[in-house]
Amino acid sequence: MISFHYARASCVGEALQEVAGDANAKFIAGGTNLIDLMKMDVERPTKVIDITRLPLKRVERTPGGGLRIGALVRNTDLAYHPLVEQRYPVLADAIMAGASQQLRNMASTGGNLLQRTRCAYFYDIATPCNKREPGSGCSAIEGQNRMHAILGGSEACIATHPSDMCVALAMLDAKVHVGSASGDRVIAFADFHRLPGDTPQRDTHLNAGEIITAVELPPKGFATNYTYLKIRDRLSYAFALVSVAVGLELDGDTIKEGRFALGGVAHKPWRDPQAEAVLRGQPAHAATFARAAGVVLRDARGYAHNTFKIDLARRCIVRALTQAACGTPQSQSAKKIV
Amino acid sequence: MAPYIGTATSRVDGVAKVTGAAKYAAEFNTPGLVYGSIVTSTIAKGWIKRVDGSAAMRVKGVIDVLSHEHRPPMADDDKAYADEVAPLGSPFRPLYDNRVMFSRQPIALVVAETSEIARFGESLVRVEYEVEAPVTDLNRERDAAVPVKPPTNPFEALFTPPKPRGAPERALAAAAMRHEAEYCTPIEHHNPMELYAATVIYHADGKLTLYDKTQGVQNIQRYVCSVFGMKPEDVRVMSPFVGGAFGNGLRPNFEIVLAVLAARALRRSVRVVLTRPQMYALGYRPAMIQRIGLGATTDGTLDAITHDAITVTSEYEDYYRQETGWSGLLYTCANAKYAHKLAKLDLPTACDMRCPSAATGVYALECAMDELAVALKADPLELRLRCYSERDQNNNRPFGSKALRECYRQGAQAFGWDKRNPEPRSMRDGADLVGWGMATGVWDAFQAPITVRIALSANGHAEVACATSDIGTGTRTIMAQVAADMLGLPLDHISINLGDSNLPQSPVEGGSWIAVSVSNGIATTAASIRDELLRLAKQIPNSPLAATAPGEVALIDGKLADKGDVSRAISISDAMRQGGVERIEQEKTTNPSADAARAHNTHSAVFAEVKVDEQLGVIRVTRVVSAVAAGRILNTKTAGSQVLGSVVWGIGMALHEETLIDHRFGRVMNANIAEYHMPVNADVHDIKVIFVDEPDDSNPLGIKGVGEIGIVGVAAAIANAVYHATGKRVRDLPITLDKLSP
Amino acid sequence: MINTPVDTKDTEFPISRQPTHSELVARGVTLPIAAGLSSRAAAPPSIGSASPEVVSVSLTVNGTLHALMLDTRTTILDLLREHLDLTGTKKGCDQGQCGACTVLIDGRRVNSCLTFAVMYDGAQITTIEGLATKGTLHPLQQAFIDHDAFQCGYCTPGQICSAVGLISEGRAKTADDIRELMSGNLCRCGAYGNILAAIAQAMRRA
Repeated sequence: MISFHYARASCVGEALQEVAGDANAKFIAGGTNLIDLMKMDVERPTKVIDITRLPLKRVERTPGGGLRIGALVRNTDLAYHPLVEQRYPVLADAIMAGASQQLRNMASTGGNLLQRTRCAYFYDIATPCNKREPGSGCSAIEGQNRMHAILGGSEACIATHPSDMCVALAMLDAKVHVGSASGDRVIAFADFHRLPGDTPQRDTHLNAGEIITAVELPPKGFATNYTYLKIRDRLSYAFALVSVAVGLELDGDTIKEGRFALGGVAHKPWRDPQAEAVLRGQPAHAATFARAAGVVLRDARGYAHNTFKIDLARRCIVRALTQAACGTPQSQSAKKIV
Repeated sequence: MAPYIGTATSRVDGVAKVTGAAKYAAEFNTPGLVYGSIVTSTIAKGWIKRVDGSAAMRVKGVIDVLSHEHRPPMADDDKAYADEVAPLGSPFRPLYDNRVMFSRQPIALVVAETSEIARFGESLVRVEYEVEAPVTDLNRERDAAVPVKPPTNPFEALFTPPKPRGAPERALAAAAMRHEAEYCTPIEHHNPMELYAATVIYHADGKLTLYDKTQGVQNIQRYVCSVFGMKPEDVRVMSPFVGGAFGNGLRPNFEIVLAVLAARALRRSVRVVLTRPQMYALGYRPAMIQRIGLGATTDGTLDAITHDAITVTSEYEDYYRQETGWSGLLYTCANAKYAHKLAKLDLPTACDMRCPSAATGVYALECAMDELAVALKADPLELRLRCYSERDQNNNRPFGSKALRECYRQGAQAFGWDKRNPEPRSMRDGADLVGWGMATGVWDAFQAPITVRIALSANGHAEVACATSDIGTGTRTIMAQVAADMLGLPLDHISINLGDSNLPQSPVEGGSWIAVSVSNGIATTAASIRDELLRLAKQIPNSPLAATAPGEVALIDGKLADKGDVSRAISISDAMRQGGVERIEQEKTTNPSADAARAHNTHSAVFAEVKVDEQLGVIRVTRVVSAVAAGRILNTKTAGSQVLGSVVWGIGMALHEETLIDHRFGRVMNANIAEYHMPVNADVHDIKVIFVDEPDDSNPLGIKGVGEIGIVGVAAAIANAVYHATGKRVRDLPITLDKLSP
Repeated sequence: MINTPVDTKDTEFPISRQPTHSELVARGVTLPIAAGLSSRAAAPPSIGSASPEVVSVSLTVNGTLHALMLDTRTTILDLLREHLDLTGTKKGCDQGQCGACTVLIDGRRVNSCLTFAVMYDGAQITTIEGLATKGTLHPLQQAFIDHDAFQCGYCTPGQICSAVGLISEGRAKTADDIRELMSGNLCRCGAYGNILAAIAQAMRRA
């Protein structure tokens, strides 16, 4: 790890001042991802700005009936927050499906959005990686790509976004509040993370000098018919091969609105309006779910070690939609899949 | 006083371990300590053209950058680097020359005032290479594999395939029922929780005290002395606590060489700790391809066994163990033959990992037996009983003891095996397919020469000393139990001193041989203490033991007593007072009773239940019963934990563990413990361990050892259960869910 | 093996330059990717200062206030082990993957390997050394001994601190909950079943 200058900000303005014009400065909150990457010499900030004392730790109702989550709310605090447990249980479950309790106790809401990929080549500076060293090549495309993308990849990068929480946030149509010296803006969750294209070094549409201040949830939380189903190589403490966050609004057996987002399959949490349109107004049963799965995976592409994920994703989607329709969300403790 | 041997005694070092007082190799702090950070190769094969440490040296706090270009002298002959358990070949020499033989090979050491600065310095070292294309893929190299060399001595013969018997090819071709298949297992890494580390204390006179993570302090001492031309009295190696090793610490690893190099170069105390990724440059369980052929009559008697293995080693050393011979040992069969080939790859040398050879060899055999049972429409347990071996046919000798039938019986009963519907996919629990599988386990029971010193004080306290390690197995505890019983003292009057090269001789701790060796060693030395006490006691006027022979007395409740009439007794303190001594010290070497006329093995029967989600292929191991026959069990608590832990290893082997190499780079890509998956708490459910009675007279205490046997058969039992659940036979481990997809 | 030291006086070769793809191909090396293999520190975008940045930090460990001058890079894990000689907290991966370094910071269990000490100025830290009181083991420590919930002992302090956190979180109601919420603490000896039993015992008595 390189030596860095430590700065502590006490308000958003101070944090923005500290970061202004310094391309080698990084904000730090929970540190669970950044410190790891710094130890691996993947991240080399010369200045680390501690934002943990910023007043962004509250979970508040919004006037419109939604919820505003401060960027520094810790993952466990969010998952265990009564309003989240009651109104957005899919978010609570997704959070509890990720990492370990110790990490969730440290990790912040904003930091979770900015997690970097677990691609082994990104992490190992001895190997080429376009995300870490643009232009050096993607080692994963013809390498160890079991964990890699089947959707939205490019010739430059097939990394996946590792977050569980973000899959639920994507499904919930969350918004990301961002502050900067030039003013605040709000980014729709679907537009926050980006696809790799030919600039995989950029994970998100956040600009230099911007800071995440909050994540806002709209009122609709799908607290009755929802699930977070995560499939991985061991039963806990592992990154997703495929995960699915589902929210359904049912009218009897008919789907009034159906949403689902996929994790572990792309450079960003994967939503597909066309696939969700397939659900609308249709009976909530397996045939409908399979059609929606077919649509979302229509352009899926596998590589040497991850082709299985296409069919796995198909079956996970059907299962997760079934769980949600039945009102039997997946438990994150009991590992029997309901 | 009730005996301690055979009871569920809590660990004598338990308090030290739960309070953080137990100190491991990287935890001995000393003023002026400096830190070494290892630069490792980014290439897997080639030559180092140049190591440039100049940028690192410009960092304030960096003291030196050692490399093959700049280091104190080291020995120049292979013999100096060949440790107690080195395989044939030319051992790796850290920082010796410019050759790169595997990825993440240590090639330089940055020494600095703090660990943070050392690690930063490490990142600044520039290395130029002449790159060669590495070869690391067993599947591509299988045809280039060469047969292992015939043994030249009895030690090597332990590792080479047994002699064939009968006419196996003809018998296999003629068999009424035949099963032939290939089973593949990947490279696995030990990944003990403790990082490999060495702290070298440099004394003013140049003598060194080394704290190293090792399974054999005296092996390290001899190695360091020969590599650096030092005298044994100048090198003391300590390892009081070892945070797991599982075979990875049998041989010296490079942290100790690098730390000693730096200490000698700088004349300072040095600590070197490997990073977790760097631990993937140590030894590993070799990947292997095994081909098994079983020929049987229609009534389920085996008539032919062929077992061939191709295993991985480095380009520079021939590591191999005997995977194949277990087949013809475990089952009666007139015709058997074995073959073992080695594929030499651009990797570090493979090494022993928990139950080397049997964990993998018996996995293949026991899956093949399950497949044969399916073909014969026979119950898998019934088939094993029909083929049960009463003799070791490989060496044509009886077993010293073998209570495997009892393992099968008790294990099956505890599991409820008789309720199994033999039809695959026939048992269900909601969305889960339920599978029941079983397998047999077998391992060797070894005893090695060992020396134990006991010092008994007049106040009835005893110190027991031996250089052995306790790598978490519970050695310290069983030593205390045995000593307490042999000396007739309460457990808390015994102190155990181990893990120090200054102590009496011990072999490396591995292979399940320490419990039997050190326990019998304690018994021998305790007998000699008893004899000395008797000599003193006889000098007491009108001694009640005046006419008693040594064989007729025992130490009971702090007294030396006539076994026939315990009222004829003299207390330890009285005997010592009579002799005018405060302490009696005896040191004795115990050699194993040479009993080559019989085979010495432990056995187990493993029963596993899996539940597999039919739609998604997610596998859960919901129940395991392991019934073990391993002679006398010294401590049912710690021995039970050994088997519980081994079952967890078996779960990992079956479902999770696999070291993934990018063969273009010859580099491990999941070199961490987030992506090298081993079981976590959520993966482990109901595991029941049964020890069956197995009287054995191969050694005076009738011990066989339990460190390895628990893993054998577990992966096969799980694989067989997965087949039973799903109807899908997966023959390459780990069984990840993608392998179950349609 | 032969020792063939390279002439270190040859400084004409630029030190940060890596062999190009064509150079490697000319040497008979087939590489799948244009950039090929790079040395560990190929062309870093920034290397920081050649001198460590040192800051003053005060924090309370097991009730004792410590005021120290620390490298900004020093983690709480290294602070405990290398500066305060509190080696009960273990380093098993240094990457947040094993839980051996678990301590309680302001009452919450966290991975101390992923904390810069400077960020925790003023914090209250409890380590394994701070759990026993006046020579009496914490109920979890005793339960771990009773149930043989460890073998080598290396993951044990982290398991116990994690279990202290688990119990104070008050979320674990079932054995499955304990298993899941303790899955951030790896035990290579495989003592999970006994760890579960030990925690269940301590929870019953709590």
